[in-house]
Amino acid sequence: MTISLTKEKLYKLQSLIALLVLCTAISLLSDKFLTLANGWNVLRQISVNICISVGMTLIVLTAGIDLSVGSVLALAGAVAAGLLKNGIALEGLNLFVGFTLLGALLAGLLVGGLLGWLNGWVVTQCKVPPFVATLAMLTMARGFTMLWTKGFPISNLGANFDYLGTGWLLGVPVPVWISAWVVGIAWLLTSKTPLGRYIYAIGGNESAARLSGINIHRAKRIVYTIGGVLAALGGLMVTARLDSAQPNAGTGYELDAIAAVVIGGTSLSGGRGSIWGTVLGAIIIGVLNNGLVLLNVSPFWQQVVKGLVILLAVMIDRMNAKND
Amino acid sequence: MTLSARHITKKFAGVTALDGVCLDLQAGKVNAIIGENGAGKSTLMKILSGVYTDYEGSILLHNREVRFNHTKDAEQQGIVIIHQELNLIPYLSISENIFLGKEIRNKWGLLDSQQMQRKTTELLAKLRLSLDPTMLVKDLKVGQQQLIEIAKALLVEAQVIIMDEPTSAITGAEVAVLFEIIADLKAEGKAIAYISHKLDELFQIADTFTVLRDGKSIESGSMQGITKDQIVSKMVGRALVTFPKKALPETPQVLLAVRNLGIHLPAARAKDSVQNISFNLHKGEVLGIFGLMGAGRTEMFEALFGLAPRKISGEVYIEGKRLHIHSPADAVKAGLALVSEDRKKDGILPELSVKQNICITTLPQLSQNGLLSSSKEEALVQQYIQELRIKTHSSAQLIKNLSGGNQQKAIIAKWLATKPKILLLDEPTRGIDINAKTEIYKLINQLAEQGLGIIMVSSELPEIFAVSDRVLVLSDGRLTGDFPISQASEESLLKAAIS
Repeated sequence: MTISLTKEKLYKLQSLIALLVLCTAISLLSDKFLTLANGWNVLRQISVNICISVGMTLIVLTAGIDLSVGSVLALAGAVAAGLLKNGIALEGLNLFVGFTLLGALLAGLLVGGLLGWLNGWVVTQCKVPPFVATLAMLTMARGFTMLWTKGFPISNLGANFDYLGTGWLLGVPVPVWISAWVVGIAWLLTSKTPLGRYIYAIGGNESAARLSGINIHRAKRIVYTIGGVLAALGGLMVTARLDSAQPNAGTGYELDAIAAVVIGGTSLSGGRGSIWGTVLGAIIIGVLNNGLVLLNVSPFWQQVVKGLVILLAVMIDRMNAKND
Repeated sequence: MTLSARHITKKFAGVTALDGVCLDLQAGKVNAIIGENGAGKSTLMKILSGVYTDYEGSILLHNREVRFNHTKDAEQQGIVIIHQELNLIPYLSISENIFLGKEIRNKWGLLDSQQMQRKTTELLAKLRLSLDPTMLVKDLKVGQQQLIEIAKALLVEAQVIIMDEPTSAITGAEVAVLFEIIADLKAEGKAIAYISHKLDELFQIADTFTVLRDGKSIESGSMQGITKDQIVSKMVGRALVTFPKKALPETPQVLLAVRNLGIHLPAARAKDSVQNISFNLHKGEVLGIFGLMGAGRTEMFEALFGLAPRKISGEVYIEGKRLHIHSPADAVKAGLALVSEDRKKDGILPELSVKQNICITTLPQLSQNGLLSSSKEEALVQQYIQELRIKTHSSAQLIKNLSGGNQQKAIIAKWLATKPKILLLDEPTRGIDINAKTEIYKLINQLAEQGLGIIMVSSELPEIFAVSDRVLVLSDGRLTGDFPISQASEESLLKAAIS
């Protein structure tokens, strides 16, 4: 018993140890790494990925996946930027609707929630595997983004909007505040609420969960909706950071999110993992990116190294699972 | 002696599945392996065929000790098992299935389909099948698929062929064909181990028998001169656990009434799995449901629990109120609870703790302001750990690390927490050791005394007799018997089950 407990603890600390080793190594090689400015820099850079990966973690815990987050992010950012800047003209009704900043932001989040809910609906009602359902959404949401923006960036959104991506509050960058709140709420959700428990139950044994009287379809729809809202939140942050909604924003972000989830020790077959693991995973990726830049490693090599780290993380995970 | 197993012992997580079992298989003979569910037949066969590699005791093949690390090892030594669940790949052809992993290649290293198909035709001819070797396996009948499995065994020139319930899914004519082929195999000098519940069959084709009971080999001998009754008594010859039957009230209160329940399968299947079943369950009553495999028992539970809502006809009343149950969530709300047959697949949440498993059905009641209250959870779990005597190091232990009996108790606890009116138990003691079984029987009895209505499906007669007040018998989806326990005998139940 005592042995298994310490083993369990070690297992949980594994990513943390990896992160510390990584930080020590980089700080020995570069004196620019361990500075406050660089620390905030790294955290601000990863805050978008943290938002997306937290949503992804919830979905992966139910044994699902969401490939559409990058496109949903772009569409939500573009909708918010477009509404804020141009409003909507309903020509048939001879009506023009303008949007306040808050209205535009909420509309962006709503779009994300709606697309996420649709993902969940297709997965639960039409029994389409999540991989396929969200792959289709990836393509469609990107298409809608192109239609909405006509392929051009929507820029000059004003200082108030940009505050979301570039501002500081009490000495901490605003995106870092946002991602910290997201992590805190998601942690509460997974560890302290019935829904959180259902998420683990569904991923661990869907059939037993259903037979326990859990409404698994409802739980899954909620989880995909949350995933969509968090992707949209990431979209608002990206747009604010650049002061511009780019039609091709977020391309490939789903892969970074999945990488963070996996490095954080969440099992892609569901039922096992945690929000903290994912946060660590996202930080590891962020520190790695930052360190490789500081060390002047070519961007081509950076990708190779990132791939190797993902592989290494999962291989260690597999070896642990075997020893159990 | 072709194959001889000596004093095989196998334990799973502390539960002894086999305890010093001996078995001899002779060339040119069919040896019947007989025993109730859970007697250890499948475990023994899995050891002989190299599925389980971790056991005590020895296996002698042609008087030489062998130890298999893998099913492939066993196969190379000439031992092949044909599982009850067939291991064929539906979208590959007959010949591709037969040669899977043993493909013939031409000089370029590519598959030599022609030669494989020619060989397949030869093998099929031996089995009196004239099928095109390029046919997809999914298009074959179950009986034919079974023969394809035998063809695989013939390809590797197996000397020992183990058949696990080969007739469980096939009909009379197909059974006759199978028996002819078994006779051919015998004539070729193969040793055959034949597992079946159907005693009549064994008298037709077996030469010798071995009876297993509770993981021990009870007796082996020749089928000549032994009677069915003698075999049955060896199978069940254990002291029955019984409980003094409490008197039901004079005018029992009807808790559950089922009227004309039917489950309709898609037109492709020949018949409905459950037809026109009506019965009442009273408060405080334990209703046993007996029947052979495939009689429709599990399907009936699934229908009651809302697992197949679209295919169901008939009416269900709980305390006089007509209910429409479309999902397990509806069923739980109506006061039903189901302990399912396959604990691992449908029961436990393996990666969660004992506490999380027990609380999963009542989380909303265990929360305050939307957040789970650990103290409420812990209080609930401690109550059940004590009441049901669940043996666990702590409530935080992962449920997958408990023994089968304690897992089952935890699952019963999770249902008791919902304060159900009706408890449905599907094979509640499957894979559980004898002591835990007795404890579960006691528990069932106690719960009935507290006023729960309990329906228990079981294919073990001693279990039916241990706890039921009344027994319904299902056969082929129909209700063929309804006995108060005082008027039921093993013979009368078996007779109704095969009628």
